[in-house]
Amino acid sequence: MAQTEPQTEAPEPKMTRQDYASDQEVRWCPGCGDYSILAQVQRVLADLRIPRENLVFVSGIGCSSRFPYYMNTYGFHTIHGRALPIATGVKCANTKLSVWVATGDGDALSIGGNHMLHTLRRNMDIKIILFNNRIYGLTKGQTSPTSEMGKVTRSTPMGSIEQPILPVSFAIASEATFVARTIDTEPAHMKEVIRRAALHRGAAFVEVFQNCVIFNDGAFRKQSDKETKADSLVFLEHGKPIVYGRNRDKGFRLNGYRLEGVTLGNGISESDLLVHDEGCDTTLLAFILSRTVRLGLPTPIGIFRACEKPTYDAMLEAQVEEANRQEKKVLLKKLIHSGQVWTVGGNGDKS
Amino acid sequence: MSTLTNETKRDEKPTEEVGRVTIRFAGDSGDGIQLSGNQFSLATAFAGNDLGTFPDYPAEIRAPIGSPRGVSSFQISFSEYPIHTAGDEPDVLVVMNPAALRVHLRDLNRGGIIIANADNFTETYLKKAGYSNNPLEDGSLKAFRVIRIPVNQLNSKALENSPLPKKEKDRSRNFLILGVVYWLYDRPLEPSIEWIEQTFAKTPDVLEANRTALKAGYNYAETTELFTRHYTVRKATLPPGEYRNVTGTDALVLGLIAASYLSDTTLFYASYPITPASEILHSLASHKKDFGVRTFQAEDEIAAICAAIGASYAGDIGMTGTSGPGMALKSEGIGLAVMVELPLVVINVQRAGPSTGMPTKSEQSDLLQACVGRNGDCPVAVLAPASTGACFDVAIEAVRLATKFMTPVIILTDGFLANSSEPWRLPDIERLPDIRIERPTSPDGFWPYLRNERTLARPWAVPGIPGLEHRIGGLEKEDVTGDVSYDPRNHEKMVNLRDEKIRRIALEYPPTVIFGEPAGKLLVVGWGSTYGAIMSAVENVRAKGRKVSYVHLHHIWPLPTDLGEVLGRFEKVLVPELNMGQLRMLLRGEYGYPVVGFNKVQGCPFKVSEIQRRIEEFV
Repeated sequence: MAQTEPQTEAPEPKMTRQDYASDQEVRWCPGCGDYSILAQVQRVLADLRIPRENLVFVSGIGCSSRFPYYMNTYGFHTIHGRALPIATGVKCANTKLSVWVATGDGDALSIGGNHMLHTLRRNMDIKIILFNNRIYGLTKGQTSPTSEMGKVTRSTPMGSIEQPILPVSFAIASEATFVARTIDTEPAHMKEVIRRAALHRGAAFVEVFQNCVIFNDGAFRKQSDKETKADSLVFLEHGKPIVYGRNRDKGFRLNGYRLEGVTLGNGISESDLLVHDEGCDTTLLAFILSRTVRLGLPTPIGIFRACEKPTYDAMLEAQVEEANRQEKKVLLKKLIHSGQVWTVGGNGDKS
Repeated sequence: MSTLTNETKRDEKPTEEVGRVTIRFAGDSGDGIQLSGNQFSLATAFAGNDLGTFPDYPAEIRAPIGSPRGVSSFQISFSEYPIHTAGDEPDVLVVMNPAALRVHLRDLNRGGIIIANADNFTETYLKKAGYSNNPLEDGSLKAFRVIRIPVNQLNSKALENSPLPKKEKDRSRNFLILGVVYWLYDRPLEPSIEWIEQTFAKTPDVLEANRTALKAGYNYAETTELFTRHYTVRKATLPPGEYRNVTGTDALVLGLIAASYLSDTTLFYASYPITPASEILHSLASHKKDFGVRTFQAEDEIAAICAAIGASYAGDIGMTGTSGPGMALKSEGIGLAVMVELPLVVINVQRAGPSTGMPTKSEQSDLLQACVGRNGDCPVAVLAPASTGACFDVAIEAVRLATKFMTPVIILTDGFLANSSEPWRLPDIERLPDIRIERPTSPDGFWPYLRNERTLARPWAVPGIPGLEHRIGGLEKEDVTGDVSYDPRNHEKMVNLRDEKIRRIALEYPPTVIFGEPAGKLLVVGWGSTYGAIMSAVENVRAKGRKVSYVHLHHIWPLPTDLGEVLGRFEKVLVPELNMGQLRMLLRGEYGYPVVGFNKVQGCPFKVSEIQRRIEEFV
């Protein structure tokens, strides 16, 4: 099989975002949050100088799944919900490739929900960017598995009566080794989260709050509006107390198993606040932080969980490694002749 | 039972020569029936006979002990002349309990032999089988020769010095009764003893118990008054070479591995457990270390085919295997592989449907699903092996066609083919077909959908090569560039190109082989695992001096280019198949001839006699 070793030396000259852009016209709606994600992914790849030929972008179906067409890399726009198993096959066949999946809330958590669970638990070395706009956009506005209860859409004219899934909670429960959330209106934050995901060895799950200007405009207004975001977004930083607010005077405190939002002062100091820990010993902590919306607390963004564990593809590679050194022809002969063999002579007699 | 040819003296008891014998072993699924059958097959192969087998087992792993629905069976037919099937009705029925007798007695030839474990014909077991009296004693079996053997007592006695607990000792009972049958049909003990010694090398007490039981049964038969004579079947005249017994699954797996070697390409097999296809996954998974086979047990059928497609995209030969219901789930994935024109091998070990149907029972009812069961005009190649040994060749052919034409290839086997066994002449590796795979390595003149002029295949450009970065997907492609296109004329052109590409596969076939006269009154057309039964029936009819010809299709789609002309040379065409007439529908649709069907959907193979009778209605 023809393969090239990944280049460890930086190629010259310096790579830019444009080096990763294909010649196809980008056709998302004007103002769509997807543009921002495309730009940050291209910037990260350029910064990390990952050779184009070693990159494979796989997608399913939905607005976000057009992503591979806009990348000047190998790309595979597949079928609804199945990007992850296809990416799994790609990675298992050639573990040297850097494999990425662009997916949406419907693609990843409704029709493809089962694959998400299993890809994450296997710790397949795939970078998953989940474009969460809480709506079905390509099919023109039906409720999605992340749409809020009561949401009026074309398929739920009296309001959705479904409890939405919390993607980060789902990923943590599936024991993903890298789980993060970011938002399309915070490009610097998004770039850093994607950079960390790109460098992670194992399944990396990144939920991006992404605004759909046509069918669900303002779904993340509280977290994106200049007036409200300071009190609605919490930037998680490993090893630091969790603080938010315009004056950075608020924070999260753990009261037993219950997360509380508290204001500093009146006897409450930073030392009373929860200190963020990305490590995997604290799955429970990451899980609690993933559920703030249920408690009416602000939304944390950043890295919830990051740790190194053996990846499926590396373990598979180790299992088949021995084979590549052996003489296959001799082995095949031996295999065909295995079991109990007898010989029939020229006269038809068994000898 | 076959004709008596002569009698010779052997030991104290005379030996009678017979031409062909059919034996059926039956008992609880926990009685080791399949193991007994496989061991008897091995001994028979070593005795130099031609043979065919038919294992038949219940869906329940452990149905209630002694119940009719828990009965497992294994039939073997062996002979001094070439045979193609496991025989219709058995001459000998070996039953481990009353339920086995109840289920299988109706098939036994009149005058046939019943060998029964008399110790299990107790009141409890008789009741479970629905007998109010003991049939071994009430005279109801007068039409047969009944041999009662106290297997449980003999086994306990033979193993009285074994340190094993009683329950463990009891597990050797199948070897004891097997020993009896070995003596009765003059089978060599050595292959089974060697097998026991290899298999139980790590548990010497079990090894010893099984070996002792086998010999005890043999000696019991030789010394007791129960048998006045034993039987022998002369060696068959088989083509010279090295042989071993293989099941269809064995041969298929060997073929897939050989194809990987011949094409110098890694084999990636993704599958979700399903009866009766799981054995392929188990077998391939055991070759990770030696052949570098990459196996992946997916979370579901859809993930399995998608992972295989992903692996093909990245340069491996992606494969997946399943059975009918799983095939239904893979439809969309096959459609994607057709659209992106990647090599893919999909194995469907057919079982009785629809829906869950009868998972352990065989049928040929997924033919139309394979040929046309997808959205859009979505052609693929469909192959069907005719015998267990042919599974090896078809596996290689599937990989060759998939990589040469950049297309999914479906292999239709079935539960019967997968599990039954026959002697297989080992192939010479040097003479296997060469599978040459060409992949673009430079961007000069590269377009994702620029086709090979002869095969119409697009290039297989694999990630990792600088300059060949390109995007593919399930949306319609523009000819040559592979860019997304909604242009109406381009779509029509692409639909036609995909169709024409698959049709060109037929140009690779050898001319259609006609068994019998090239023209005449009746042509029988068959496909898949029914080959043995149809061929035997055709031979029998021809032996009577009547004219009937036979064509067996190995390629279901595209159909051979000369087939229409061949069909036209016969007044009538008869298509026996284990479905409601799916090949018949295909042939009628393709050629417009009034094809007649002979159909059976009972979850079991054809009997030779059934087909023979149907043929004789025409000639």
